Amino acid sequence: MFERMHEFGITENIITIALDKASEAQASKITQINLVMGELSGFVQDCIQFYFDSLSKDTIAQEAVVHFESVPAQLRCQNCSTIFHPQDALWSCPGCQGQSVEILKGRELYIESMEVE
Amino acid sequence: MKKIEVIKNVLEANEIIASRNQQLLDEHKVFVLNIMAAPGAGKTSLILQTLTRLKSRLNIAVIEGDVASTVDAEKVQNEATAVVQINTRNMPESCSLMAAMIEQALKALPLHDIDLLVIENVGNLICPSEFKLGEHKRVVISSLPEGDDKPTKYPLIFIDADAVIINKMDLLPHVDFDIANFHRSIQGLNPKAEVFELSCKTSEGIERWCSWISEQIETNAKKQ
Repeated sequence: MFERMHEFGITENIITIALDKASEAQASKITQINLVMGELSGFVQDCIQFYFDSLSKDTIAQEAVVHFESVPAQLRCQNCSTIFHPQDALWSCPGCQGQSVEILKGRELYIESMEVE
Repeated sequence: MKKIEVIKNVLEANEIIASRNQQLLDEHKVFVLNIMAAPGAGKTSLILQTLTRLKSRLNIAVIEGDVASTVDAEKVQNEATAVVQINTRNMPESCSLMAAMIEQALKALPLHDIDLLVIENVGNLICPSEFKLGEHKRVVISSLPEGDDKPTKYPLIFIDADAVIINKMDLLPHVDFDIANFHRSIQGLNPKAEVFELSCKTSEGIERWCSWISEQIETNAKKQ
């Protein structure tokens, strides 16, 4: 027995979703899966790719390319409503130096589309 | 070759099970805390302190998540109404509890006899923040020896927390931990979080923490 990281289950989900959609579209091969991943999400791309290569064996997703589109973090200052990308570790607002923020973008993890044959 | 649109959240499978868990727990009027922290921050000590204070008024069950061993379950079993140990080493993932693991564990608990369920997540500040379990409130513990920069280094887990605990306050004279800086970071990331300064060793601050739990249980019961 060995320890696996949480990308394992995520990758299983990715493959399940991809195979379902491919079957709906009556595709015989999945050549590319386009994933959208927020900058703040806690998942490691290389790790997903690593698990993907082994978990997709003997499925129609075998050898598919996993393409990652990274979404930059977008924060909104709760004080002055400025929308900004975090510049420092405290996520302070470049407009008013306020430190209360709401995350607008950067936490997503979804399959945007895929290419099939 | 053709392109098909998918637009499907990869975390949805876990979230569906998490809401199923919460529904089951609500039906049985069980209030659930998910306790998250780095290894050694004092998750088990906090649970023990909580059990000692509240067990005369509440029936409390504990789910212990660890990569291996039953060490923590053994520590709490005399104080709790029921304990389930999950060893994530035998699970698809090791680094965090997932909703499906909780769903299994709930089958082993006498839910109709339980008022409060405390879930001790795997010691880790990264992975558990991504996975809802079905809890009502999320609690993150930071302890003084870890340093005051943890919210800055691991923002996600603090952003989603309903309560943030600063544990091992008795060590304050011996370590370089800037309490004001820690509070500033939490205020910035998550101004709604309730912050507790306490020591599981001396019991300082435990009273306020336990009152908070009682208030949360009451508030949640009114919502049902």
